[in-house]
Amino acid sequence: MGQPARIRLRLPAGQRAVVAIPYVWLLVLFLIPLLIVLEISFAQFAPMARPPYESILRWAEDGVLRLKLQFDSYQYLLNEPLYVSAWFYSIKVAAISTLLCLLLGYPMAYAIARCPPTSRNVYLMLVMLPFWTSFLLRVYAWIGLLKTDGVINNVLLWLNIIDEPLQMMNTSFAVYVGIVYSYLPFMILPLYANLEKHDLTLLEAAQDLGCGPIRAVLRITLPLSMPGIVAGSLLVFIPAVGEYVIPSLLGSSDQLMIAKLLSDEFFMNRDWPRASAVAIAMVLLLLVPILIFQRFQNRTLQAARA
Amino acid sequence: MVRSRNDGNALEPWSDPAAEPYVRISGVTKRFGDFAAVNDVSLDIYKGEIFCLLGGSGCGKSTLLRMLAGFETPSAGSVVLDAQDLAAIPPYQRPVNMMFQSYALFPHMTVEKNIAFGLEQEHLPKAQIAERVSQMLSIVRLTEYAKRRPHQLSGGQKQRVALARALVKRPKLLLLDEPLGALDRKLREHTQFELINIQQQLGVTFIVVTHDQEEAMTLASRIGVMNHGQIVQIGTPSQIYEAPNSKFVADFIGSVNLFEGRLIEAQEGQARIQCDELGGVVHVDYAVDASPGQSVCAAIRPERIHLLREPPEHTGENCVRGVVREIAYMGDMSIYLVQADGGKVVRVTQPNIARVTHGQRIEWDEQVYLTWRAGSPVVLTR
Repeated sequence: MGQPARIRLRLPAGQRAVVAIPYVWLLVLFLIPLLIVLEISFAQFAPMARPPYESILRWAEDGVLRLKLQFDSYQYLLNEPLYVSAWFYSIKVAAISTLLCLLLGYPMAYAIARCPPTSRNVYLMLVMLPFWTSFLLRVYAWIGLLKTDGVINNVLLWLNIIDEPLQMMNTSFAVYVGIVYSYLPFMILPLYANLEKHDLTLLEAAQDLGCGPIRAVLRITLPLSMPGIVAGSLLVFIPAVGEYVIPSLLGSSDQLMIAKLLSDEFFMNRDWPRASAVAIAMVLLLLVPILIFQRFQNRTLQAARA
Repeated sequence: MVRSRNDGNALEPWSDPAAEPYVRISGVTKRFGDFAAVNDVSLDIYKGEIFCLLGGSGCGKSTLLRMLAGFETPSAGSVVLDAQDLAAIPPYQRPVNMMFQSYALFPHMTVEKNIAFGLEQEHLPKAQIAERVSQMLSIVRLTEYAKRRPHQLSGGQKQRVALARALVKRPKLLLLDEPLGALDRKLREHTQFELINIQQQLGVTFIVVTHDQEEAMTLASRIGVMNHGQIVQIGTPSQIYEAPNSKFVADFIGSVNLFEGRLIEAQEGQARIQCDELGGVVHVDYAVDASPGQSVCAAIRPERIHLLREPPEHTGENCVRGVVREIAYMGDMSIYLVQADGGKVVRVTQPNIARVTHGQRIEWDEQVYLTWRAGSPVVLTR
């Protein structure tokens, strides 16, 4: 029994190199910068210094290395109503957008998966087509559609459906439109990948056993597509929480999302420690859903392997 | 296979003109575009039967089954089950259940939940569902596996879950699509008999679709042989084997030698067929429904032909000389391919009754005589 275990411990050099490259990449370009951000978040803000903070490690005059951790930035985040409300607003926007993406994306993914294989690729292509245009450009295009004398208002006025233009720009509505529009493909693709593999005879079997067609979808297709739902939801939720461009361009200035605060803190106030604290808090906030996702994936992987 | 039961009449309701069929399929046709997958099929099936629809792939047997289940709508014709027309009834309301070829077990549910699924749809009380599920689990001997998921089961166990799931609903009619197709040979044989036992225990009418003639022969009370969307012959397994009504059926069920020839004499109680490809005359001792001069075909099973070294006392009729071209030793029997004087290669099987050592058995290129009884060939006109 010992022999196979020993073989498995020592990967061939080529395999080890292949595994090592992405790990080194992540270490150098993700983990180390993250640790630097973590360090800055505990530093003292020094507006006149360059960079504008005091390092947490300092040599005192008596030749002793002193570590000074400042929790001010974190305390500020917790006590400042602006930050707390931005947190809740970010999560609310991300959660509702995810739900809307799911409600819109699920039927679309289902329909594409049930198409004849030849037309399936065309529809998938159409889902991915917007990626060929710059993201920023597409969000700007929504300004043209949503603004007071924009396309939508003009059409509605012309059709006499409304008497005066609707205020859509700079509202939460515009933010939802922008996020749902931008992230819908990230919901559709994993759902499609899952639904496409379903065995349709299961639905026939359910009907055969006395289950109506709609109930059959709810009892069979829906639970079996849970991995797709989880993957799609996380792919939408995680970037939506930290979304910066869409709320800055389409949203109102009264209700800020957390990424906007972070950038203001960094670029306008030049308060690096506070900006870093926001960033670290955001990572922690997003870590929870990622861990849930990991657990779920491991479970389905194990089930598939067994 | 004819099974032993006390009253002989109840065993063969199809031969009793007064018997009322349980399932009446009349004039059912299914067209896909111009192609008729099922073409004007009429069938009467009686209560408690195991009826096998047998045919090659694409013969329309599965389409017919799917129409009974309600997954396809007939283009024409009607299906009546227990005096109830099924046409307008959707699959989820039919008193019919199906065992799918792939079993179609729900992978996210335990064995128990899979079996309970159909009963939950009927909104039965929980206690009653639990009772019927555990009863069914014990019938298919899966009680210990109740909490397992389908992917944790072997092929044979999955098959039994699928059967239990369909039967727990107490359907009037159970449809089985290639029920043993996914099992290996040893398990198949065992499962066949188990299936028959469960069927008799519960008294449900079975309609089985299969392409495997062995499966059909062992399971069926009657077989319907299908070809090109039509039923070519209906009969008990022995009728289908012993009295095929066409070359297709004779060739499809078991192996057969087909001797093409011309009817030279047809009298009361006997007939003679000149077979040039055989180089002789085939004599049968029963009346043939054909007129002299007509082209006919004499079909004879390989095990009904005797292989002799020495010429029999009277050669001529039902005796053909030939040379052994191939021998396949199968253990319990041997297959000989003998080329007759007329050129035709005849397949003969002989049971290996005694343990034969070298020098005694018939060898390659040896001259032999083939004989058969006058009752053995079946004369076919189509």
